[in-house]
Order: sequence, then structure tokens, then C-alpha cells
Amino acid sequence: MSTPLQLAVNAMKEQIDAPIASFFSSCVHCGLCADACLFYTETCDPKYTPIHKLDLMRSVWSREYTLWGKVLKLLGLNRAITDDDLSKWQELVYDSCTLCGRCSMVCPVGNDIVYMIRKMREAMVVSGHAPEGLKDATVRALETGSPMGVSLTTLEAQIKHAEKESGLSVPMDKQGADYLMLLSSAEIAQFHEIIPAVTRIFHEADVSWTLCSEAFEGTNSGIQIGSSDLAAELLERIVSGAEKLGVKYVISPECGHAYTALRWEGPNLIGRPYSFKVIHILELLDELRQTGRLKTEGMDEMRMTFHDPCQLVRRGGVIEEPRQLLNMVATDFVEMKDYGKWNWCCGGGGGVSANEAAESLRLKVFERKKKQLDEIKVERIVTACSNCRNMLEDGLDENNMDIEVIGLTEMLAEKLTSQKSATSAGDN
Amino acid sequence: MSAIELLSWARGPALQFSVAVFIVGILIRVLEIWILGRKKDLSEPKAAGFSAGMRTIFTRSLPPPGMLKYLISGYIFHIGFFVVLFFFVPHILFFKDVLGFAWFGLPNGLIDGITILSLASLLYTLSIRLSDPVRRMLSNFNDYFAWTVTFLPLLTGYLAFHRHITDYTLMLAIHILTVNLLLISFPFTKLTHAVTLFASRWYNGAIAGRKGVKV
Repeated sequence: MSTPLQLAVNAMKEQIDAPIASFFSSCVHCGLCADACLFYTETCDPKYTPIHKLDLMRSVWSREYTLWGKVLKLLGLNRAITDDDLSKWQELVYDSCTLCGRCSMVCPVGNDIVYMIRKMREAMVVSGHAPEGLKDATVRALETGSPMGVSLTTLEAQIKHAEKESGLSVPMDKQGADYLMLLSSAEIAQFHEIIPAVTRIFHEADVSWTLCSEAFEGTNSGIQIGSSDLAAELLERIVSGAEKLGVKYVISPECGHAYTALRWEGPNLIGRPYSFKVIHILELLDELRQTGRLKTEGMDEMRMTFHDPCQLVRRGGVIEEPRQLLNMVATDFVEMKDYGKWNWCCGGGGGVSANEAAESLRLKVFERKKKQLDEIKVERIVTACSNCRNMLEDGLDENNMDIEVIGLTEMLAEKLTSQKSATSAGDN
Repeated sequence: MSAIELLSWARGPALQFSVAVFIVGILIRVLEIWILGRKKDLSEPKAAGFSAGMRTIFTRSLPPPGMLKYLISGYIFHIGFFVVLFFFVPHILFFKDVLGFAWFGLPNGLIDGITILSLASLLYTLSIRLSDPVRRMLSNFNDYFAWTVTFLPLLTGYLAFHRHITDYTLMLAIHILTVNLLLISFPFTKLTHAVTLFASRWYNGAIAGRKGVKV
């Protein structure tokens, strides 16, 4: 029986690949990554320097995968990591990292630091060093299909509500539809206006779509906690649902990590390419805009900005679409000073929002977003991730800032030109 | 051993040994990375990863927005070291001996100024390493050792050039010995980054590039 420490070391050994070896070989300890990380800039505590969060992995790499490190190991000149180290590093690897990836953008030698943190978490999980809040969320996800414990019954209630509101039917388990729409937990539980919103948009744009009763959630706690096995199990449900229905596309919802999980990690987690394509809801909406199928009327004159979810921009490549869509309906859309791939995180990504132990730190580092917002004085923040939305609302509330937060899809639906009669969205 | 004997040894057998350690050492370091390999990415790319990686190798030499202030001394030292190494006339003559061809050199006065700037920027980076909380926490023996072996050839070269200060032959011998120390240290310290950063930058650029993000 392996000890937790052995499990952690073995997991790190398994995760270390050529990119990681090149990153550690190249690091010159310049510390520039600290200045890119909101956990450092807002606390000035050097322990939050991103590359420092990987000291344990670097130690394992050096001792196991370098000739010089092995010589030093034989001579007893480089210390092996301990259980105590793992406990200490839990805060650094989880509480103070949202996997936002800003550090990976600035490293002069090109280290993709967040690529390594994601893999480091694999070792933390197997050795039992993941935060309780994230463990609970993952268990709930495995047991109920949702990290927030949202059930199909809840979704069905929201669907009824959406059908009443939109006057359209919401397709469920529709065989042969082109698109399978996924939702995030928070969308079903809190921001359910998204359901009538997409129903109306898809109806107007003639999109053949469906929800799936076996796979309705895109949120993937496995990715956040850093367990490929759990992430794969959650993902398999979506793949199986999509393949049973025979859809051509699966739509990733307004949720950052869902997109990373589905679009980028997914095929690697299940070990094969998909039989369908994954598209983010904003990518689809922008496609509909370009082809003239998404029509809106009227412009919103409110001063507003767009908060980029990190997983969509830096880690996902959905950068221009939200801007094109916003400019379609807003006359006073202003960017924050650092935007797009240079955005600053809301502070709650990467599982931090589900980690109660990190709450006070998360609210502290929201200071960065507050500064960005203070500079542009907007009345509304538009975003495309329900987790960001929650974190922004929380941070604004904490700082007594009176700014409205809304999802982009929902905002577009409000401006939708209604040309068709409201009868049968499900029959498209 | 006289100064002239020391000089002959330093630029003879000692240099040959150092170059051998440097080359074999770097090859091992590169091999250590190479053999680990990486899994094939099965997700469908949005754009080409390879060319994006090549792009990042170059673009990562530019400062990220708002970060030039942290990087100025680094630029001065890196460019200064490179210019002094490859454009000081006596160095070019040395390379001509080894390689069989030469290139243009820069005036000695200019090289002298650049050397002083490089030394000053190295001293500045050391002061930051010692005083800034982040850099101090990150720094270990490796960092200070690498700094020392980089600083010494510049310093001893400067002193050898200004022969009125010291005995030229002895100082030249010491200069070449410090170069040997730098060469030997290269594969065992973070100095390896001068070679491996091509890999790390490429990987970073390629990983982001296939997602359609230019980093």
C-alpha cells in the first residue's frame, strides 16, 4: 500500500512531460510571474509567486528526471519532498490559483506555469491534499451529475418556467438535433433566464437544438480539482448523451471551465476524438450574427464593459466573438485597461469559488477587478461565465459597488428581433 | 607556474575540457527533456500550433504590456553580454582561429562602455535579487552562483583590457579561466535556459496557438 506521499510523487512523475522539463530547465527565478498574478499583486505576499507554487514538482523533476539531480540525490544534497510540504502547498496550489494563466503569458523564458499547476493538482488529489469544498463539489457532481447538486427535476421546473415565459417549447432529448445545449450548474440554479433566452434565439435563428436529460450540465469539477479520472467520468456522460442523440455539435455554456473541459481536455480525457464538434455558445451566436440569422433591434445606451472569463480568452481562444456581439447591441461598450487575453481573473476560477477556505483571500484579490472597474466607471458588466458572474456579484456587493452583472447571451436575447410566431421551437 | 604558462594552460587544455563539458552537458540537458516526450493532443485545433510556437520563440523576447520596467536591466545585460562576446575584436580573432572565418568588430571604446553598462546592470539585478521579497524568496545557491560565473568574465575581461591596472598576461589567463568556469557551469545551472528557452517558448506558444491564442 503506497503512502499519500508516494502517491503524490508517483503522480507528479507521471505528469511530468517534455514541456514541463523544458519549463523547469529554463526558469531563471526572475519573479516576473508574480507581477502577473492577482494573488501576488493584491497581497504582496511573495509565497503567491506562481512558479513558487510548483517548487515541489520542480524538486521531483530534478531528482527523478535529471542526471545532475540524481547525482545530488545520491550525495544527499537535494531534499526529498515531505507530507508536510504537500500540506503547506495545498493553499498555494488551490486557494491562491484560479488557473487563470496570466503568468503563462509573461514568463520571459516561455514557461506555461498554469499548465503545470493543472498537472500538480493531479498529485494533490491522489494524496488527499485537495480542499474540502472542492472534494464535496466533485462528489456531488459524480453522484447527482451536478457540482451544485442540481437535479433533472430542478431543470424540468426551469424548463416549464422558460416555456411559459417564451411561449415556445424547449426541446428535450430530441433525436437527430444539430446542437446539444449544455448548461452550467449556476445557470440552472440561479441564472435560469438563460433557458428562455437561448430558446428564443434558437427559434428566431432556426437552430435545430435540444437539451439532454442524461447530460445537461457542462460544469466539470474534475478539471478544477485536478483529477483526470473524475473529469473523464463526468465528461463521458456528455459524450454518451451527445452520441445517443446523434448531434453534430455540443454547445458549451457560459462557463469558463466547462469550455476547457469539453473543448480542450475532453478528447484527451476519454482517449479519443469526439464524433461531434464542441462550440462555445458565443462562437455559435457570433456565427449566427455573421450569417445574418441573429437579428437584433435597438441599442443599449448604458455604459458597459465585458469581463473576459480566463478560460474563454487566454485558455480558450474565444476573444473577438463577445466584442462583435456586444457592439451589435451596445452604444457605450468600453474595455477595461487589461482586456481580452490580458484580462484579470474575477478571483474565483479554477475551483476557488467552491473552496470555502479561500473565500477571504478571493474577496481580497477582487481588489484588482475593483481597480479596473473604478477606472472606467460603468453601469453594467457583461460576462460569459456564470461562475465569473457570481464572483463579480459577490465582489461588487462586498465593496458596495452598484454595477449590474449580466450574461451576454441573455442580453442579446433581450434585443432579439421577433419575427416568428411563438409556437414550436422544438419542431425546428 | 608563470603567468604565461597559466595562460597557455587556460586557453589550451583547460579550455578544451570546458568546451567538452559544455557541449556534452547541454546535449544531456536537451536529451533529458526530449526523452520525456508528450502525449498527442486529441482535441481539434483551432489554428496551427507549430507556427504559433515558432512565433512565440521570437515574441517572448518583447516585454509584456506594462512590464518593461522590470526587464530593462535584463535587456541591457543580455544584449551587452552578447555584443561584447561576439563583437570585441580580440574575441573575433579568437573565433577566427577556431572557426576559420571572421566578422566585423565594434570599436574598443564602445565595447568598453557596453561592458561597464552590463556590469552595472548585473549589479543592479543582484541588488534586486537581494532586496525584493519575491526575488529573494525564489533565489537559492544556483542563482547566486550563476550570477557570479556570469559576472566574472565581464569583470576580468574589463580589467585585462585596461592593462595599466593589472598585469595583462596574468589577467588574461584569469579571464579565460573564468570563461572556462562559465562554460563548465552552464549545463549544471539555470544558465541552461539560454538553450532550453527555445523549447519552453515553443511549447507555450504551440499549446496556446492551437487554441487560437497568440501568446
